[in-house]
Amino acid sequence: MSYVKTLVDGTNFDHTSLNALQKVTLRAVVMAFLFYGLVALEGMIMRMVEVGHVPLNPIPEQFFHPEHFFSIMTVHPIVGIFGSTYQLVFGAFTFLVPYLTKKPLYSVKLANWTWMIITLGTALAWIAAFVWQYAPLYTLYWPLPADTHQFNVVGGIVFIIGVALIMVGTLGFIYNIYATIFARVGIHKNKTTKELLISGFGIDGFLNLINKLQGKQPYTKEPALALPVVAIFRGTVDTFLDALVILGAGVLVLVYLVFDASGHPLDVGAIDALLYKNFFWWGLDLVADGLVLIYVAGSWYLLATLITGQKLFMENVARAALMLELLVSWMVWSHHLLGDQGQPEMMKLISGEMVTAFELLTQGLALFITLVTLWKARPLKMTMELKYLLGGLVGFGLAVPAAIIQADMGMNRVLHNTQWIIGAHVHIALIVGLYMTLYSAVYVLWPLITNNTKIYSHKLSNAHFWLHLIGGIGMGAFMGMAGLDGMLRRHLYVDGQFNPDMIFAAMFGSMLLLAWAIFLYNIVMSVGIKGLIGIFLPAKDQTASYGIEDELEPADDPAFVN
Amino acid sequence: MTFTNSAELLSFHWVAYTIYSAMIISVVAWFGYNLTKKDAKSVFRIPFYWYMAFLVAGGVGHHIFTYNTIPWVSQDIDRHNITPDAKYEFEIENHKWLNLPKQVVIQCGQTVEFDVHSRDLVYGFGLFRQDGSLVMQMQVNPGTDVNGILDSNDILWTFNHSGVFDLTSTEYSGPEQYTEDGKDLMLVKDFVKVVGCKDNGGIQ
Repeated sequence: MSYVKTLVDGTNFDHTSLNALQKVTLRAVVMAFLFYGLVALEGMIMRMVEVGHVPLNPIPEQFFHPEHFFSIMTVHPIVGIFGSTYQLVFGAFTFLVPYLTKKPLYSVKLANWTWMIITLGTALAWIAAFVWQYAPLYTLYWPLPADTHQFNVVGGIVFIIGVALIMVGTLGFIYNIYATIFARVGIHKNKTTKELLISGFGIDGFLNLINKLQGKQPYTKEPALALPVVAIFRGTVDTFLDALVILGAGVLVLVYLVFDASGHPLDVGAIDALLYKNFFWWGLDLVADGLVLIYVAGSWYLLATLITGQKLFMENVARAALMLELLVSWMVWSHHLLGDQGQPEMMKLISGEMVTAFELLTQGLALFITLVTLWKARPLKMTMELKYLLGGLVGFGLAVPAAIIQADMGMNRVLHNTQWIIGAHVHIALIVGLYMTLYSAVYVLWPLITNNTKIYSHKLSNAHFWLHLIGGIGMGAFMGMAGLDGMLRRHLYVDGQFNPDMIFAAMFGSMLLLAWAIFLYNIVMSVGIKGLIGIFLPAKDQTASYGIEDELEPADDPAFVN
Repeated sequence: MTFTNSAELLSFHWVAYTIYSAMIISVVAWFGYNLTKKDAKSVFRIPFYWYMAFLVAGGVGHHIFTYNTIPWVSQDIDRHNITPDAKYEFEIENHKWLNLPKQVVIQCGQTVEFDVHSRDLVYGFGLFRQDGSLVMQMQVNPGTDVNGILDSNDILWTFNHSGVFDLTSTEYSGPEQYTEDGKDLMLVKDFVKVVGCKDNGGIQ
């Protein structure tokens, strides 16, 4: 087959054979990877600015200006977390929940609205930073987002509307997932809402453990929900709470901006900055220390069982641990406030240190269960999905202890707000831990979502894997070392004060960018440009499920409505 | 074992975490390699409860270790009951330090209180060595009490090593902290000078 023909038609991808569920999943995934490219580019621009005015630095002068630099820094996490990661996770779960529960998705229409609203919201937030250089950073520390002396009020309003749209899209995803889980159709036709709730919260796993200890029969031999669905159910609780908090903060900022625009500015001093920080970090931390960890644990369990074809090791313990993880995630936010002297010491000690340390236990348990499940099934073929899963385990194996180390009143005094936090912890957790887990899921789900489309090049897949793994760990490591040398994370350095650390970080960062380009090229060559466009065309087959007999979407099923 | 300043702590942390990183990467690589082997045998068995006990000990033990080896932890918790050798109080407004002494000279071993108030935004207070490494920092939140008195952001610090330290804000407070060409307007060179310590720290 000629190169041009492969580029246009792909390997054997036929978008007309995809049903509505497959198409809506792929749409979110495509948008997620496009946003990933944008965020990788933004990251590289910032890294090159911090390399400084050195010979051969190709970054134009305008990027060194503080307004421009911090505008990029503001949208970088918005595009990365919401535009890319949320969309990728939401897309995958939109497919997985119907697939694993053997029920149709509640509403494909709502799933379509979800990816479109999140895409629009992300684009608006990005535009606000690009056009008006609105740059309060994602932390939105009060009263900076309402500081109209530094920022354009229109830019602020556009930014907040963008973030609000992302949260509205998130609520749409949540509704769709819960409506699908609680739909009493298919294998759940005879289940009660109570039974599904008990299973969703992992109480059945906990009761099974108690009964086993007491020598009784298990509470249930067949839990109503598969373990990965339990993780999705549990993680989505945090996704919901987080959406409410960010929406709440957004409304507050919007009110101040609108009053300011009308010529009647409100007193920003009416809002207590430290109380606001507590409220905001409680919500925002439900992403980092809540849904991400729970979704990742669930993904590891799913991937381990799919890769090995065997039952998960210690499944009841895993179910119960997910419940513990949810509770822990509600009580750890104070580790972000260890440098705030007004924060009560007991909150720093209990929430910031002690409860946070539980994450070592919950994530360590997930790691153990996944590794033992894999080990018991050896020998295994080193497939792409297994490689990425192991990469994901390394990522969290590095990033979680880094988090526990910095969530300490002694260490935080010298690590808070440094590049250590964002490099050795956040970027390794996200790029290596989370994204490699998600890439593993992409490779596992690829045949199901694309009807067995052949990947264009195995060599390119391998090149992507190694570049991403080495680039991610290398960049995080050198950012971390710069942090230990005193480099702050939300600060502008234009003279290369932290070279050669930043030069090495930029070199490894460019490996990440190259990895993304290779991955994108491999995917485009697999599905072809026609196929890529076809993904966004309406599906002829309106089936909202996969692997079961055709059923109406519950949203359109009169029996369900009644 | 006690860390007399943050430079010692950061060096220790660098070594410990690098060893840990090399170990975890090697273990997973070894694990992955053996997953593909039919005859791979467990080199050692890790009983589940011992593994969990190890994680608990790691999580709790880390804090116990730092509490006992990093002197500023207990000092920070108990700071309202400690009388400092000297106290410096100043404010920040519009990205400018107000009432800031030109230089603070501290005798080795002295415990000093810095009390910083913000009149508008969230800032940070951080002291840096001449090599750029961080001595210590805290957040500076704005706000007033019911009587309109600015909220305190206070920190106690004992200086055990001689040196000259720069001051800047460690929290982002908007682009106006910088000039157009990226110069940090809140940077105060040589703000703190500690004198009278032995070469390797401690009072002469």
